Amino acid sequence: MYYHKPKLPVDQSSNQFDVFRCTMSAVPQTQELLKKCRLPLGLTLHPFKDLKNLSIVQTNIVRCRYCRTYINPYVYLPDNRHWKCNICLRSNDLPDEFCWDPATKSYGDPTRRPELHHPTIEYIASSEYMLRPPQPALYFFILDVSSNAIENGYLHTFSEQLLINLDQLPGDDRLLIGFLAVDAMVHYFQFTDPKRPPKHLIVDDIEDIFIPTNSGFCVELAHFRESVRSFIQNIPTLFEANASTSNCVGAAIDVAHKLIAEVGGRITVFQTVLPDIGPGALKNRASSEKPDPKNLVTATDFYKRIALECTGHQVAVDLFVLSNGYVDLSTLSEISKFSAGSVYHYPNYHINRGQVQVKRFQRHFNRYLTRKIGFEAVLRIRCSRGLSLHTFHGNFFVRSTDLLAMANVNPDSAIGVQVQLEDNLAGQHTVCFQAALLYTSSKGDRRIRVHTLCLPITSDFSTIFNQFDLKASVSMLAKMASERALSNGEIADSKEGLLNAAIDALGAYNRSVGQRSGVVLAPTSGGLKMLPLYILGLLKHRAFSSSSQAQKRLDERIAAMLQFKNAPLEVIMLEVHPALYAIHNIDQFEESPQRLPLSYERVNRDGIYLLDTGNYVYLYICSGVRSEILQQLFDVSHFGQLDEDTVIEQRTNPLSDRLHNFLRTLQSQRGLFAPIIVIREDSPQRDLFTMRLIEDRTENAHSYIEFINHLNQEIQR
Amino acid sequence: MFAPDEFFLRAAQQAAEEEEENFADFSPAPPFRMAFTFAAFAYLIALIAVAFCIFFAIYLVICIDELKTDYKNPIEQCRSLNQLVLPEYVIQFVCFVLFVFSFQIFSIVWNAPLLAYHVYRYMNRPVMSGPGIYDPTTIMNADQLSKSAKEGWVKLGFYLISFFYYLYALIYTLVTA
Repeated sequence: MYYHKPKLPVDQSSNQFDVFRCTMSAVPQTQELLKKCRLPLGLTLHPFKDLKNLSIVQTNIVRCRYCRTYINPYVYLPDNRHWKCNICLRSNDLPDEFCWDPATKSYGDPTRRPELHHPTIEYIASSEYMLRPPQPALYFFILDVSSNAIENGYLHTFSEQLLINLDQLPGDDRLLIGFLAVDAMVHYFQFTDPKRPPKHLIVDDIEDIFIPTNSGFCVELAHFRESVRSFIQNIPTLFEANASTSNCVGAAIDVAHKLIAEVGGRITVFQTVLPDIGPGALKNRASSEKPDPKNLVTATDFYKRIALECTGHQVAVDLFVLSNGYVDLSTLSEISKFSAGSVYHYPNYHINRGQVQVKRFQRHFNRYLTRKIGFEAVLRIRCSRGLSLHTFHGNFFVRSTDLLAMANVNPDSAIGVQVQLEDNLAGQHTVCFQAALLYTSSKGDRRIRVHTLCLPITSDFSTIFNQFDLKASVSMLAKMASERALSNGEIADSKEGLLNAAIDALGAYNRSVGQRSGVVLAPTSGGLKMLPLYILGLLKHRAFSSSSQAQKRLDERIAAMLQFKNAPLEVIMLEVHPALYAIHNIDQFEESPQRLPLSYERVNRDGIYLLDTGNYVYLYICSGVRSEILQQLFDVSHFGQLDEDTVIEQRTNPLSDRLHNFLRTLQSQRGLFAPIIVIREDSPQRDLFTMRLIEDRTENAHSYIEFINHLNQEIQR
Repeated sequence: MFAPDEFFLRAAQQAAEEEEENFADFSPAPPFRMAFTFAAFAYLIALIAVAFCIFFAIYLVICIDELKTDYKNPIEQCRSLNQLVLPEYVIQFVCFVLFVFSFQIFSIVWNAPLLAYHVYRYMNRPVMSGPGIYDPTTIMNADQLSKSAKEGWVKLGFYLISFFYYLYALIYTLVTA
């Protein structure tokens, strides 16, 4: 039997292309053609991605009179006075100022304007785009101070990172900051005097929670800087002896929302235990032996209702879960899912025992505090005639059929949209999509970031398959599968959906080119031939795995699914198909090491391998590795002396230099910080490495060759 | 000359006696006739109830259309829709029970599928603490929206047909004594 050994993807490091992509780079002309090719049609958009060369336009904004599309590089200019909108195909007038070229100070060719050159552009909006004066930046922190939280020590890292970055928080001098602490009661901190520490007020009537006084809980950082700074420094010691084991975070989020509802802003919740008292109390559902699909679905809609109220007041809630037990993430995460927040999960967090998670938290929190942020944002996606948007995937609230309400936008979240063909596209040459994100920057000005995508239309069957975009499709399928699993709890449903996606796509292609039995064909160009490999990676991923170990770790599964729903392309691709590199001979070659197929047969007994999975980087050291390499990289002379807990440092020799430069390049391409975990070949943690080698066979999943065979059989049927 | 008066008097008397005899035929029947009027009572109640259900169905159609044209916020819209869901289901169930007790086979068969559909819908509703089946976070998906719109139109047609059928059946049971 012949099967095609896939060529691994070449690294495309162009930043701009990953912002707005479609699963098909050429759109089918008719609905029948789309149905026949059985490929998913959707868009992935990373609206607030950190971009290096973003043009910002301050002059008046040119929009279509009829459909309100912004002018973009794909419009048609019949002459210097008019432009034809590419979404509604109607003609508009060009205003005179558009022809003004500031460089040559003359009226010239309008095509020199930046709006007609860059598919992504940012406008500074005037007051007609504001419903209310732009809000100041507001950051509110809700800290879990139950005995479990004190035990695992996250407060030390929290206060250290916040102190370091207190002056780098995005915002101007109106920036507001506030704190609440939660255990069995809610602790308020009222800042009244800039020179003295805040007053500590405790409310224990959590069923009927109220705000004790009416000001001082959320104060301007510029005035109270010293007081806030000393408060943050003292937080770990303030609750050092706390013995309370319960947590009532539902009440705390409710009251925090009421405190900041007039302004809007961001609430950051730190949670280490299951909230077991007060409104929104949850039960421990993971203690039952048999896996119950209902345990993956939310238990109560308390958090969803608060999230919807929050999104109405432009408040986003982010969740940091630093737990070593079950916290019912599927219910708690609803507070972030619908208020445009993000969920960060650190399993088995402990300040002394789990250095990996501590480092992850430290670096993620550092980026979280200092990254760009947009407030009170809305995103509208327009598409040309004949297409309509179907379902949205991501963390936001769908306010209408094409408008998404996001209380906050951040550079690390992405969305997915499913598109359907309403009627035939005959008579049009291209389809266009435009996404406009209207937000308030942290400095208080209102901006609009516009992304435009233009794709050709084709009626040729083979072109559609050749123009299949693998990255966008895998990202889209991961989001769809996570959405389905989170809504009804049946993992098997999602896995079947993924499998059917692969069978349908390849089956349609094979039927179109005339199938020979025993062979599964795939086009030589385009990404379709890699699709089975990525689908296999998804099926084996801990989010969808049906192995017995995975059944028990509910929170990790939910966290993986939530990450799929919210993460940008690069992270999803690395999670599904990690990048394996051989680095024991990295200094012998000029260029970066090539990616290897994910199979253990590629692991030599005398090598060191690096596996980049998006969230973690595993450094796998085989027992036969030469002692010079060990000396250069780890400063030990023998494999037996290698300690997994030592942090790998850069040492002054060429091999170590090359390795760390390579690690830095990987980090910059990925955006998300991933700590390096050293794994010896004989370590009990070996599974962390070997389970990610998706081409190999495992106890209840196919190897890659068996999977292709299985697909072949299904296609033949 | 007085003879015609006498004649007329005697004719009147005879007519009165005849009328008495005739009225004797129209006296109330034995007790089994109560079952018929119970059916009429059931149809009367059902008629009023279906009028409410028609109103609910029209309200649903209008609300879904307001959502489609971005006229209203899904959160408030779902709140008002959810308040009307259980009343409609309870009314329909009460009608069904009345028909069962009055042995109206055709009405039972006509209402049974709708009752089963209502039960199925309510058992599989999204997790929410209040009554209702509409979830503001998923209703704006295009397939959910079109499904709800279709449901509204189909129910409207169903209740309209039911209305006219109950009207006909009410009169029928009243007349056929």
